[in-house]
Amino acid sequence: MRSPLETFVERAAGEVNTPKTRAVDAGARLLTVKRLQSMTEYPEMDSMRDRAREIRLHTLAHLDTYLEQFADSVGAVGGRVFFAGDAAEANQYIRQVAEDVSAQLIVKSKSMVTEEIELNSSIEADGRSVVETDLGEFIIQLSEDRPSHIVAPVLHKTRQEIGALFERELGVAYTEDPVELNQIARGHLRSLFLRADMGISGVNFGVASTGSICLVTNEGNGRLVTTAPRVHVAVMGMERVVPTPGDLGVMLEVLARSATGQRLTAYTNIVTGPRRKDDPDGPEELHVVILDNGRPDVLGSSTAEILACIRCGACLNVCPVYREVGGHAYGDVYSGPIGAVLSPSLFGLAGREQLPYASTLCGACVDVCPVRIEIPDLLVALRERAANESEAFGWLGPAMSAYEFAATRPRAWRAGLSTGSLLGRAVRGGWVGRLPGPGSAWTSSRDFPAPADQSFHAWWRRNHGT
Amino acid sequence: MKVQLFVTCLVDAFAPDAGRAVVHLLEDHGLTVEFPFDQTCCGQPAFNVGHRDEARAMAAHTVKVLDETEGSIIIPSGSCAVMMIEHYGDLLSDQPELVAAGERVAGRVREFTQFLVDDLGLDGLDRVSSESVVFHPSCHGLRGLGLDGYGERVLDASGIERCELGGADECCGFGGLFSVEMPEVSTAIMNTKLDNIEASGARTLAGYDLSCLMHLAGGLRRRGSPMQVSHIAELIVADRDGDRVP
Repeated sequence: MRSPLETFVERAAGEVNTPKTRAVDAGARLLTVKRLQSMTEYPEMDSMRDRAREIRLHTLAHLDTYLEQFADSVGAVGGRVFFAGDAAEANQYIRQVAEDVSAQLIVKSKSMVTEEIELNSSIEADGRSVVETDLGEFIIQLSEDRPSHIVAPVLHKTRQEIGALFERELGVAYTEDPVELNQIARGHLRSLFLRADMGISGVNFGVASTGSICLVTNEGNGRLVTTAPRVHVAVMGMERVVPTPGDLGVMLEVLARSATGQRLTAYTNIVTGPRRKDDPDGPEELHVVILDNGRPDVLGSSTAEILACIRCGACLNVCPVYREVGGHAYGDVYSGPIGAVLSPSLFGLAGREQLPYASTLCGACVDVCPVRIEIPDLLVALRERAANESEAFGWLGPAMSAYEFAATRPRAWRAGLSTGSLLGRAVRGGWVGRLPGPGSAWTSSRDFPAPADQSFHAWWRRNHGT
Repeated sequence: MKVQLFVTCLVDAFAPDAGRAVVHLLEDHGLTVEFPFDQTCCGQPAFNVGHRDEARAMAAHTVKVLDETEGSIIIPSGSCAVMMIEHYGDLLSDQPELVAAGERVAGRVREFTQFLVDDLGLDGLDRVSSESVVFHPSCHGLRGLGLDGYGERVLDASGIERCELGGADECCGFGGLFSVEMPEVSTAIMNTKLDNIEASGARTLAGYDLSCLMHLAGGLRRRGSPMQVSHIAELIVADRDGDRVP
């Protein structure tokens, strides 16, 4: 469900200063404060981030080995692994599993990777029902909306909107009390869990040495999705593997703190294979779908480091651009600074040329990233790609060529300064209210200063010579 | 002792007063200030928009001009300093004859307030303005150079009345050419910053990066605000005879 508007700038211009993005700003700021508070009681965070980064970069450097080990381990504990080359292959496999077990009702826990492959519409095309059980995703599904944040999908919605939605769609009395809204959703979902034939989850981390998959949630719905139905399908981006349970421990130390300011999420689920002979419950089948969908190409590119991301969303929460435009402006499921790098890297720059420019390069994202990804450097790397392949802004190329011409020729530079001063003297009051060309974008909201009567170069020559 | 001034393109063209203030302050501390006359722009605008070839040419020019000189290179801009320190090495890596020169130059670079606090000390500053000042720490200096609190310390040492800024570590929305590539977003971010600046109660806004200050000053004017905007150097060093155009 992409926006009909084609460019980031068009979409963003429509989102700024709306109640929707003011809700995003408030939510993002609240999450930022919670993260900061959790840091004060955890002085080890900085060193833990270093370890988390090491683990992620080490794993990416040996991804083939760890993926193979992970697949073997999953097989050894009774699970089945499918490597999907792209979204279509992943969806086809999951539809076939649903067909094989005659699944009518499928319950899902929150998973960005299934959003990436647009799994729901693919399943629904076969006449099966699929129900999102994470409260946020449930609201998204009910309102036919899209997630606007990778951790908090309904950050852009107000309580009042959600109350009205439940009243309209679920036939309940209007309330805007979060606890009551939660209870309404729970009541609605509980019977579905018990009736469902199949559960689909994402994977926060896959552990190579044990074949375990780890899921973190705050609502317990992940636990129901992975245990109540007969079949559990877990979908995992191929980069989400870690070598050992000890490494998983390090990731968990930094993940929840960065995402929501919690020490741990309310539920940390570690699933190792399907139900064993003596287990009282659990699914009969466990399928792990490992998704490629362009990731190996990213691994060999200048933005490879982005695959170290553990999807905490901290960079979204502190990003001044994200706070103003919200997640939908980015046009893909991944938004914010991480999305501005990940989406063009995974899905191609075509149609996304402006995304790498959707940042002031302020660096707030690096300060909070639990694995210290240098997001501004990756954005600049993508801008280089855009400059070479298809320029995001047509005037950039000629402007930079002209600027470079002058800046590498000191006489031309000084002549330019003198011309500027001449023009500046003609400006009354020292400020310009309206500029032509790309400059009009500046003067749409800001006056522009006239060049000084006398440049620094000119002053220096007058007082000190050259 | 000799020091070099790299004045930056924006100060050169739009705010030479700030450059002169830096010169006077350094000379007051007994330093011999040189201004390598063939300097132009560090290349940051091209680098930040992905025009690497153009940025490389500008970096090469700058390195050649500065490597012939001696002493610390003082730059009244956090972001230009970061450009040289963080990116010249990588940018020039395919020009073997310039790699070592680039590293030497980067090693001599000091942002103005950084040089003042870490190298010169904070004695003998003028208190130019009797009005209250609020300081905006620009992101590249704050995060790239670790200048947290530097500007504030400089102002406090001069005896100027300083007002606290809410959300000080948040971006002002300038972002170089971002300000014209995405004007709606840039403006929305700026307005949050300007609200905080105006709420501080100060009469003057100061910073160490002319780029952010141009954007904020332009926004303040458009709002009809009477607030003055200055590079921090102008607030701690009085103008001298001969500074102004006759």
